[in-house]
Amino acid sequence: MAHGVRRDSPKVPDFSLLKRLARDQLIYLLEQLPGKKDLFIEADLMSPLDRIANVSTLKQHEVDKLYKVENKPIISASDQLCFLIRPRIQTVNKMLICKNKSLIICIFPVQFYACEAVMEEQGIFGDVTTDEWAFYLLPLDDDIISLELPEFFRDNFLAGDQRWVRTAGSALHLLHSLYGPFSKIYGIGRCSKMTYESWRKQVEEGEQRPRQAEIGSVFLIDRDVDFVTPLCSQVVYEGLVDDIFKIKCGCVEFGPDVTSSDKSIKVMLNSQDKVFSEIRNEHFSNVFGFLSQKARNLQTAYDKRQGMDIQQIKVFVSEELKGLKQEHRLLSLHIGASESIMKKKTKQDFQELLKTEHCLLEGFEIRESISFIEEHINRQVSTIESLKLLCLLSVTENGLLPKDYRSLKAQFLQSYGVDHLLTFSNLRQLGLLVEQQPGETLTVMESKVGKLVNDKTAGKLTDAFSSLAKKSNFRALSRKLNLVPKSDEEYDLRVPRDMAYIFSGAYVPLSCKLIEQVLERDGWTGLEEISRLLNGHEFAVIVDSKQENDADRIILVMFLGGCTFSEISALRFLGKEKGCKFIVVTTAITNSSRLLEALMDTPV
Amino acid sequence: MAFITANWNPLGDAFYRKTELYEMCWNIRDELKDSLVATAPYGGPIALLREPHRRSPSSRPQLEIYSASGVAIASFPWKSGPVVHLGWSVSDELLCVQEDGTVLIYDVFGSFKRHFSMGQEVVQSQVLEAKVFHSPYGTGIAIVTGSSRFTFATNIEDLKLRRLPEVPGLQGKPSSWVVLTQDRQTKVLLSIGPELYVLDNTSCIAVCPPGLSQAGSIVHMSVSFSYKYLAVFTDTGHLWTGSSNLQEKLSEFKTNQTAAPKQMVWCRRPKSQQPSVVLMWERLLLVVGVCNDTIQFPIEEQSVLVGELDGARIISSTHQELLQEVPLVCQDIFKIASMAPGALLLEAHREYEKSSQKADEYLREIKEQNVLGDAVRQCVEAAGHEYDPDTQKALMRAASFGKCFLTDFSPSHFVMTCRELRVLNAVRDSSVGMPLTHTQFKQITLQVLIDRLVYRQFYPLAIEICRYLKIPDYQGVSRVLKHWASCKVQQKDLSDEAIARVVCHKVGDSPGVSYSHIAAKAYECGRTELAIKLLDFEARSGEQVPLLLKMKRSQLALSKAVESGDTDLVYTVVTYLKNEMNRGDFFMTLRNQPVALSLYRQFCKLQEQDTLKDLYNQDDDHQELANFHIRSSYREQRLEGRLSRLQSAVDEYNKAKNDFAAKATEEEMRLLRFQRKMDDEKGAGLLGLSLQATMEALMSLGLHKQAEQLYKDFRVPDKRYWWLKLKSMAEKEEWEELEKFSKSKKSPIGYLAFVEVCMKNNNRYEAKKYVCKVTPEQKVKAHLAVGDLEGAADAAIERRSESEMGAVLSRCSASDRLLIDKLNRARVAATKK
Repeated sequence: MAHGVRRDSPKVPDFSLLKRLARDQLIYLLEQLPGKKDLFIEADLMSPLDRIANVSTLKQHEVDKLYKVENKPIISASDQLCFLIRPRIQTVNKMLICKNKSLIICIFPVQFYACEAVMEEQGIFGDVTTDEWAFYLLPLDDDIISLELPEFFRDNFLAGDQRWVRTAGSALHLLHSLYGPFSKIYGIGRCSKMTYESWRKQVEEGEQRPRQAEIGSVFLIDRDVDFVTPLCSQVVYEGLVDDIFKIKCGCVEFGPDVTSSDKSIKVMLNSQDKVFSEIRNEHFSNVFGFLSQKARNLQTAYDKRQGMDIQQIKVFVSEELKGLKQEHRLLSLHIGASESIMKKKTKQDFQELLKTEHCLLEGFEIRESISFIEEHINRQVSTIESLKLLCLLSVTENGLLPKDYRSLKAQFLQSYGVDHLLTFSNLRQLGLLVEQQPGETLTVMESKVGKLVNDKTAGKLTDAFSSLAKKSNFRALSRKLNLVPKSDEEYDLRVPRDMAYIFSGAYVPLSCKLIEQVLERDGWTGLEEISRLLNGHEFAVIVDSKQENDADRIILVMFLGGCTFSEISALRFLGKEKGCKFIVVTTAITNSSRLLEALMDTPV
Repeated sequence: MAFITANWNPLGDAFYRKTELYEMCWNIRDELKDSLVATAPYGGPIALLREPHRRSPSSRPQLEIYSASGVAIASFPWKSGPVVHLGWSVSDELLCVQEDGTVLIYDVFGSFKRHFSMGQEVVQSQVLEAKVFHSPYGTGIAIVTGSSRFTFATNIEDLKLRRLPEVPGLQGKPSSWVVLTQDRQTKVLLSIGPELYVLDNTSCIAVCPPGLSQAGSIVHMSVSFSYKYLAVFTDTGHLWTGSSNLQEKLSEFKTNQTAAPKQMVWCRRPKSQQPSVVLMWERLLLVVGVCNDTIQFPIEEQSVLVGELDGARIISSTHQELLQEVPLVCQDIFKIASMAPGALLLEAHREYEKSSQKADEYLREIKEQNVLGDAVRQCVEAAGHEYDPDTQKALMRAASFGKCFLTDFSPSHFVMTCRELRVLNAVRDSSVGMPLTHTQFKQITLQVLIDRLVYRQFYPLAIEICRYLKIPDYQGVSRVLKHWASCKVQQKDLSDEAIARVVCHKVGDSPGVSYSHIAAKAYECGRTELAIKLLDFEARSGEQVPLLLKMKRSQLALSKAVESGDTDLVYTVVTYLKNEMNRGDFFMTLRNQPVALSLYRQFCKLQEQDTLKDLYNQDDDHQELANFHIRSSYREQRLEGRLSRLQSAVDEYNKAKNDFAAKATEEEMRLLRFQRKMDDEKGAGLLGLSLQATMEALMSLGLHKQAEQLYKDFRVPDKRYWWLKLKSMAEKEEWEELEKFSKSKKSPIGYLAFVEVCMKNNNRYEAKKYVCKVTPEQKVKAHLAVGDLEGAADAAIERRSESEMGAVLSRCSASDRLLIDKLNRARVAATKK
């Protein structure tokens, strides 16, 4: 790994400011309703709220009881109610209740006209005070900021509903005004481009105070540019924990099988956790070795006590012991978690699953892979995993052969129910699971449509159809960008040589590779063919090419539609290699199951 | 220059001067006499209504509007009812109070803007007198009616009429009255003969000015510009002055005139030394100071007095003069033989110009007293108060000269005064006609001055001033351009094309000028085409949309909204269209705008399911229609409903040529019916399960026949069926059945599966039965699965597969010494080959 002298990673800007801003505004909103009040909050926002303001802060501002807004009528004894909700029509529909009460509805991060219209229709618009809580960004860790908008993916990419784009633009604008001005902005994808435009407009309208930039470059990327990466099984520790235990808002709940007691324990997973911060980016095969080493170190640290006199013990107890105890607790938790992962993942099934994934990525033994998938479906292993493999097959192979397409779908429906017809329809629309088609079909369709309506609209329709036609072109991309390293070489996972380590050396994530290439070239020059294969919409704007400073080495990567922990790990690795620091902003943390669950349309 | 004091008249210890402002440009003679005249303070415009009382319908009185310098601005015949009073509002609008209580408002160019009424009862009783007054709340109007009642409104922009209580004993109109604003309250002060009353919202109280000794009838009253002082004139020729709250007396003076003066105004200035009241009779102008000293001026022509903040203007048919107390600083400098620092500096500079060494002497004198700074300041200040540009120049030059000898002197005051004087000289020019003094200018602020220039349509001058004074574009040039453009679009003689071009050329992309605002103006004047052209220049599409909607260009509005990327805006337009258009057109419009369409679809999915169906129907989108039916089948509780929904879905899928989905749905229907049958017959609880789950459930219930029927009916692949059967039998531990099943035909899933499933159900004995049937490739695995290391080793050695040997080795524990050796040997042998 002789990459010359590595520069130290630059210091990361302080993002806790974002939390403070959100909290202050929340308190201000709560104070609008003086006296005791009940607070209602949407169920999926409990964890983000917890990050911003804990219960005691809320109590301080006279919040009496805290309720979740759920699928049942709202009952409260209090005369004053405060709602914290997303601008979702479903939620607004539940507000019918509570006439004759003082009601504040804080919608965050922005109110939508559609919700307002619904409130008006229901006749509660005049009775309530609606306010916007400009809570756009939640820092999950030093280098991860989330918009906590999981619906962004489905709304934007599947339904073509662009209402969140402006929100993303505003979030970027917020970062720009606090940590900017940005000097370079790159991006790829339709949504990225629109987000960029929205941000640019907001910059033009607002005032910009000159300040020292803390973030230099920005890279915007759409999730649909790279579907392969989130479909792959994660094997880096943090990703694995997410796949198995589901990390929610930087926090995971370890069940009894991990804690080896009868209780579940909630653990914050971030860089504050000394043990976790060292293993989060490691390939799982290294984790055990590391943990046992850590255990030994800990033992040694404990053992120091033996030869101490009273004074030293006093110092030891007051200064070190607490830290050690804490570390001890965490260590045992992570060991528990690893064991639990081992149990699940070292089974043959998982190994074979990985093998199949690697075959698909490499493009070898496709037939065998298909039969593996078929068996997987027939044995009803798991809906999501089967679907994931199907999609991975389709995306890497540019669609399935008509025969396979039909038979696999039929098998799937038999196994998991015919409701998935709609799921398939959605997947097809996104280009995740499609039938291989002879090349000219689309153009034929386009020209037909073109005859129907005038030129301008035809252009727009083509745009709309483009998702239908979206070819993944994965093979070509993989060849051009060298995404799949040659398999004959041994890959030492303990000493990773490139980002492929996050997938056991089998695949360099396309999204991260793109980012690397564009940053290296300072734009898209030389990548024309690649951007063509990715359906274009790439851009690179150099606002200000000053001499280098530290801010230039802080790069903000914004994933529109979610990113996985594996990608974050890969970017951390890349940052270390290049002596820069990546800050990941994402609409939500995703993984294969979240991605696919979002596209399901099964009865509730 | 030497005669600068020539027009100074002493009044007590102060001086008063009368400066000529203009030779009036108008061409009138006696009209001032028999016209209604309205003059606005702060050098505002003048309005004349000639012969207002001539009521013959054939000859209509002429209403004329002039600038303060007499330049005609507008003139038109008065067509409405008889006018009682004319007045100007603070924003230079002309208020015409008619006899019937209607107030008509005209702008300075004589175009009608709006009207309001002073109350219903006035129509009957008629307005006898009216007064327009200015207060911090804006412009107010007060009237007294034929039934002797007072009504007023303090702000005509926010009209609230107040009818005041009755005044006891008042018949007709009072002999004199004035409006006072004090302590945020508006009151009327009126006199009936010798009595004086204060009338406010609730009461009418008799008052008496302190020390008014001579109890004649009060025939005239006047309040000062600031409402602080009151002057009262009685028919005995006494003039009483005092504070307007009637607490304090300033002076009392006996004029030898018994006739009531035509006009009486206060003439004072901020920090006045010697305030005075100016009284005007037919032939005499009398200035009475509170010191009881007087100045008399003869009057040759009909004149009008205008009270100002810092003096009084006297307008006659030929001239206009400003009467004011000479500011102290000017007195100091110009008083004959003055030794004030400023006077010395002025003198020093004069000598310097003459290249005389006396300059040095004067300068030295100032310096010795160490008052050079004061001298400069005095000169600068005095220059501000002077009206004559030459005097201003002389003073400023002197100041500049003096400044050279000062090291630590901030030039900002000097520079500012220089600039402001240039601006003031420009607006005082007779072509513009705003005779503002420096004090007045400071009072109204530059912003207001620019507004007034804009209002009078002096656009180039306004822009020049903005640029010259370096006002930020937002408040300056842009604002002027905005007004200009709004005015330009109203020009009827120019084509849309020409106006759009010229507006775009001038306005360009000045910050803060909104094309949509200009376009809105154009639309207001009925020029829709022009509005659309102008909107094209608007960079922010968001701004274009509301106006386009207003103009009913909804299609355009929609595409602009989409362009803006603001989905809220798109949605606003969509909602608007939904209400405005019929359904078909609405859907057609959406169809051409995919972004709007998806947005609306999202909304419909949550709020209006039926509309969604219509939308798909309109587009002949059978695929989505089918999906819609499927989704709605989820909500059907009853099986029949569900089946009928699914049938509709099948039909639509067929139309969409999606035979796969059609078939799958048909099968689902068959399955549902089957499940229903089973549930009814056996109480199996199958409804809603997937095919696989159904078969599984059937098997676990022991209904193998039915399961088999499904297997055949739905053409379930053999593999699936074998897996299913295998698992189900193993779980129920029907080992014999399983063995029979395994022999029924060759297993499509191989036999390793059997081994594994048996092991999973903890039956090693049964598992071993199948090991021998496993294909050679899987033998090792099978042996390992049942935990038979030796068997595995043998199989691996037999197959000479190194990796398999490795796999076996990894499972060996240390106790299996022999086996390990054996394997290692075989391994070596294998590698050798």
